[in-house]
Amino acid sequence: MAETRIAAQEQFGPGPEQMPFGPEHEPPTDWMELNMGPQHPSTHGVLRVRLKLDGEIVRDADAEVGYLHTGFEKSFEDKTYTQGITFSDRMDYLAPPINNVGFVSSVEKLMEIEVPPRAQAIRVMMMELARIASHELWLGTAGLDLGVYSGFFYAWRDRELVLDLNELYSGVRMMTSFTRVGGVAWDLPDGWLEQLQRFIDVMPSRIDDFEAMLSDNPIWHQRLKGVGVLSRQDAIEAGVTGPMLRASGIDYDVRKAFPYCGYEQYDFEVPLGTNGDCYDRYRLRVAEMRESLKILQQVIDTLPGGPWLTSDRKVALPPRSELSKSMESVIHHFRLVSEGFKGPVGDVYAFVESPRGELGFYLVSDGTNKPYRMKVRPPSFCNLQPLRQLVKGVLVADVIAIMGSMDFILGDVDR
Amino acid sequence: MTVSASAPLVERLGERFKQALQESSDFRGDLSIVVEPAAVVEVARYLKEEEGFDYLLYATAVDWPARDPRFTVVWEVRSLQNKTRIRIKTTATMPEPHVPSLTSVWTAANWHERETWDLLGIKFDGHPDLRRLLMPETWEGHPLRKDYVSFGEPVIFSDQKLEGLEPDVIRG
Repeated sequence: MAETRIAAQEQFGPGPEQMPFGPEHEPPTDWMELNMGPQHPSTHGVLRVRLKLDGEIVRDADAEVGYLHTGFEKSFEDKTYTQGITFSDRMDYLAPPINNVGFVSSVEKLMEIEVPPRAQAIRVMMMELARIASHELWLGTAGLDLGVYSGFFYAWRDRELVLDLNELYSGVRMMTSFTRVGGVAWDLPDGWLEQLQRFIDVMPSRIDDFEAMLSDNPIWHQRLKGVGVLSRQDAIEAGVTGPMLRASGIDYDVRKAFPYCGYEQYDFEVPLGTNGDCYDRYRLRVAEMRESLKILQQVIDTLPGGPWLTSDRKVALPPRSELSKSMESVIHHFRLVSEGFKGPVGDVYAFVESPRGELGFYLVSDGTNKPYRMKVRPPSFCNLQPLRQLVKGVLVADVIAIMGSMDFILGDVDR
Repeated sequence: MTVSASAPLVERLGERFKQALQESSDFRGDLSIVVEPAAVVEVARYLKEEEGFDYLLYATAVDWPARDPRFTVVWEVRSLQNKTRIRIKTTATMPEPHVPSLTSVWTAANWHERETWDLLGIKFDGHPDLRRLLMPETWEGHPLRKDYVSFGEPVIFSDQKLEGLEPDVIRG
């Protein structure tokens, strides 16, 4: 950033250090207020950032969110626990499987339900695929914002492979809704694991291609190195999670710190950054993709057999074949489909690691078949909050790089 | 968090804050404390500075229309070092529900408290910038309150008198 700023000073006159700034100084009349968004392509959704500009230098910024607010938290209150799963997809629409798992794990925690090992392994595979797809999309679009046009097509091609796997498993490319309370909806279809193996075999070289294109690219370095630095202390204070937090050097990954879905059995590293700048966030996400591939390979090698849904008939539908033989199964089926199941009174917080950070669900139950209150802790929302402090004093062009590196999804921010 | 690990913390809190700490519970391993509104900032500062709860996860509120006080306001914080969590709860009463803001302790509470004000109408005293966040500035009502009907538009039927209808009752 320092180099760009010096260049800017030479070009545009005195930089921010020479200008008085603070509440006691009236803003000079030649400051300009610039609306970035709501339709700006680099906001990846509908975000409006009001920038106060002094020439090319940002003096202040105010992010206005809520353009995609659809009231999911209110809608959760009107739907049974099983029906709520379809809402969870649509919040962070780039990693729906992780939202599905986050949602049902809050219900499972409330109801104290054991998930069979095979279901956990399927969940892990779907989640890691979603992480790769999300990071691919981030690579493509964040590069696109900074002028790396060809990277976008490579990333899109590779993300397509994950969507194909999603489609083969759940019938849907994005909104998978594949979890059920107590397991997953279906077993893996024939040929899925072979297709996943081909994906795992091809991906490392594709990531290498990307790194060859960007990691040592001088333009990429100039745009990202030293830009948008978030120090360790600031990162904790600001409440960011995920790659934003780890790029600042803090070793916190929910998969390691509080393992869920059997993550403790798999051997993987949590990549960490040192400088907390945009470049570290880029390196970290690429490294995370490689770690996800490692996890996927281990799940394939150790995939347990057995059921993929709990046998607890109070929460999970009986298999179709039982319906013609057992009256009890018919009754359970009828009860579950017509009114769902009831949870005990209480409140729980369950959380998973999404590609953007800690995704948490705070569930309050009043003993009925619907959540009394469902508060989502969206990682994008928390990661967007320090935008104001990050963009103060940088060039307008760097705002694009910083916003790109934060990887927020507006559906997740606004819910 | 297990019961044995959390019990000493609750004991320490009880010893220090006496009756300001109204209740504590451990449900499914989640430790919650209920603090009286006047003591929230003090308890929060103690938790942050002495117990290492450096990281705010979220803040929100729950509306219980039949109860008095009506609202439960919730902050959940984590200690990155000790890998523990604690949920701080307090209450707010109608007609003007307000609680102290914790932005002075955890700056990350800023947007979460704005969102809570926006969606549930709870004022946070001492918040530096309490504006609506998700809804437009001109929005009336607070959507996450229980008396705010999610599917309902004021409709005037031909047999109803116009002056007998109050759209606000329907919209909440």
